[in-house]
Amino acid sequence: MTKSELIARLAERFPQLVAKDADFAVKMMLDALTAALARGDRIEIRGFGSFALNFRPPRVGRNPKSGDKVQVPEKYVPHFKAGKELRERVDYPE
Amino acid sequence: MTLTKAELADLLFEKVGLNKREAKDMVEAFFDEVRAALEKGDSVKLSGFGNFQLRDKPQRPGRNPKTGEEIPITARRVVTFHASQKLKAAVEAFPRGNSQQP
Repeated sequence: MTKSELIARLAERFPQLVAKDADFAVKMMLDALTAALARGDRIEIRGFGSFALNFRPPRVGRNPKSGDKVQVPEKYVPHFKAGKELRERVDYPE
Repeated sequence: MTLTKAELADLLFEKVGLNKREAKDMVEAFFDEVRAALEKGDSVKLSGFGNFQLRDKPQRPGRNPKTGEEIPITARRVVTFHASQKLKAAVEAFPRGNSQQP
């Protein structure tokens, strides 16, 4: 499912809204999720999962082409952990 | 600070002009649709944000960390999230220019 397919499904579920509203709503939500992580905030969506930042310490990497050592600075990367309901629903049935 | 469905609904109320009920339902429906696609075995690609994919993991040997007893970890299907380049770039700079810790 792509973003445009998601928007189309939401537009169908909310026939009282104009199609543009579903489009705008999805974009607003994704922007808000991105902005929260960029501020270092956690995101917790009950029944779905949580997003947080993981720290990556600085390391010495190598340029794979030339073999030169390069300092890779510390950074944060986004991390998603599926919530209980999502985990159980995607797993194989018992 | 933690972002939750309540804040997302407030945002849709303030910025998109949905009424409170619609805003709450829209947030719920958004995550519900993503969950339903994953449940069906579809991956979800939200361009500019990231992809949710499914991985089938085979059974592997495990151990009860308390008792040391060996028990197999059963084969399972799990969700993985891969952040887009745009999302990675947005968080990479944290906390430079921001004193807050996650």
